[in-house]
Amino acid sequence: MSTTDVLVVGAGPAGLACAATILEHSSLSVVVVDAGHGPGGQYWRQPAPAVGADALDPAELADLHHDRARFDALLHRLEQGRTDGRLQLRSQHHVWSAVPDMQGYAVHAVDRGRGPSHVPGSTTVARALVLATGAFDRALPFPGWDLPGVMTVGGLQALLKAGGVVAGRRVALGGTGPFLLPVAAGLARHGATVVGVYEANRPARWLREGRAVARNAGKLGEGAGYAAALLRHRVPVRAGRMVVAAHGADRVEAITLARLDRAGHPVPGSDQRVAVDAVGVGWGFSPQLDLAVTLGVDLTPDVAGTEVVAVDDAQRTSRPGVYAAGEVCGVGGAPLALTEGRLAAAAVVADLTDGRVPADVVSSARRVVTRQRAFATAILRAHPVPAGWADRLAPDTIVCRCEEVTLGAVRAAIDERGARDARQVKQLTRTGMGWCQGRVCGYAAALLSSGRPGPAVERLVAAPVPLGTLGALAEPTARPSRRTGISDDAM
Amino acid sequence: MSTFEFDGAGIEFRPGQTIGAALVAAGQVSWRTTRVGGVRRGLFCGIGICFDCLVTVEGEPNQRACLVVAEPGLTVTTQEGTGHEHD
Repeated sequence: MSTTDVLVVGAGPAGLACAATILEHSSLSVVVVDAGHGPGGQYWRQPAPAVGADALDPAELADLHHDRARFDALLHRLEQGRTDGRLQLRSQHHVWSAVPDMQGYAVHAVDRGRGPSHVPGSTTVARALVLATGAFDRALPFPGWDLPGVMTVGGLQALLKAGGVVAGRRVALGGTGPFLLPVAAGLARHGATVVGVYEANRPARWLREGRAVARNAGKLGEGAGYAAALLRHRVPVRAGRMVVAAHGADRVEAITLARLDRAGHPVPGSDQRVAVDAVGVGWGFSPQLDLAVTLGVDLTPDVAGTEVVAVDDAQRTSRPGVYAAGEVCGVGGAPLALTEGRLAAAAVVADLTDGRVPADVVSSARRVVTRQRAFATAILRAHPVPAGWADRLAPDTIVCRCEEVTLGAVRAAIDERGARDARQVKQLTRTGMGWCQGRVCGYAAALLSSGRPGPAVERLVAAPVPLGTLGALAEPTARPSRRTGISDDAM
Repeated sequence: MSTFEFDGAGIEFRPGQTIGAALVAAGQVSWRTTRVGGVRRGLFCGIGICFDCLVTVEGEPNQRACLVVAEPGLTVTTQEGTGHEHD
């Protein structure tokens, strides 16, 4: 077990900005724990550190990061902290539990950086805990979405940013939200033919969001930049279209698109088949709330009904000593996450020391957060999941990918056995009971059974932990055991 | 060029890539069959959330190909079902 003043979970924009600001304005010690191969989170995702003549050079992929200078500045600040002995960054550490402790909070993690057969655990006790755990792609089922070659939009982006790999030669993107555009532009620049970006919602929805847009003019410039890139690469962007099916035998070979009517339902007879060898579909993002839920901090719904961590204007949660920043407080993008990370740092410094982050820094950060939260809300309103997202599902469409539960089974649980929420669907059908613990299918199961996003799910173990590692934790003198033969990982 | 072994064949990769990225770059889209339907799966979320890209690495099943970094000489095999059927 080790101790620190502050433990930050997540090394994306929010976590890095928080750690850097604490280092700059206090003498507190900071540990940053992160599952990635290095700092950056999803936004600044990099190849794993490697050496050798043929190693992937992050410079080859620098065009995918339009504010790389800011990332470099944060890394520089953290490196100083490391040299001073005040910062530890633990990459490839998956936090599986965070619980109150006499001295603050105890955070349990497993180290997945030492190969598949050696996964040691570690426990760190901190006086203050900052949740900067980010978000993941929101997926919705459709016929064929379980074919190899069908991915989330973020999955395509991660493959490119970290691996330098375009998932296919002919790629289609579908779903909704501004994130589709940079991913399409990046894929096109790196050699893929992007056959189309199929945005379910129409730009007219943005006309209602004039005030939020006017206050965030920089975002328009960013969007215009992607639009120009897509034009240059002749990537068609079609609004009011949805991927309603993927086709193929052992892998995706084509998709079917449908036009959506004004109410968000696929128009009969509007089907169009497009040949592809990869497709990414994403419906926005779900905040990664596992640690927040088990800690019992207050949650609040965003405008689309998705629960997010409730924070005050200093990023304090309802639980003393627990702070949150970035996408866990509502999905809003990297600039907002960075600013919230700085605000959380200011609150930590104020609560744990006699010092202060300068008042003008804090007040200007608060203004940025207010402005950008308004824009994030506008994005949610302009890019809803269409009402008819499930119209074209078939009884044999897989809903739960892990347990291979079909829509027919889910509908039977709802219609014949009275399931009224995702939890009851899970109990009756095993939907959400597999490896991913409902992170992929839970949103769809909630929509199908209750008509709205469900409450955040409690997952007592937030990441798989080998039984041997758990055993070593329970008995500090025990040696980590070899494989148990029962199961490799406890859920 | 660095290589690891996948189902007996050499897969060239660039150090820094995950096993999943290297397999996709080599033209593979799937490296697992499911427990119930026996259908093929590969990368889906790409960031460790969905567990669809499970693969057997050095004899250890249920490794997420999107997270495990490729290393020269690794032995990677297609995972069938739970990966424990032949234990």
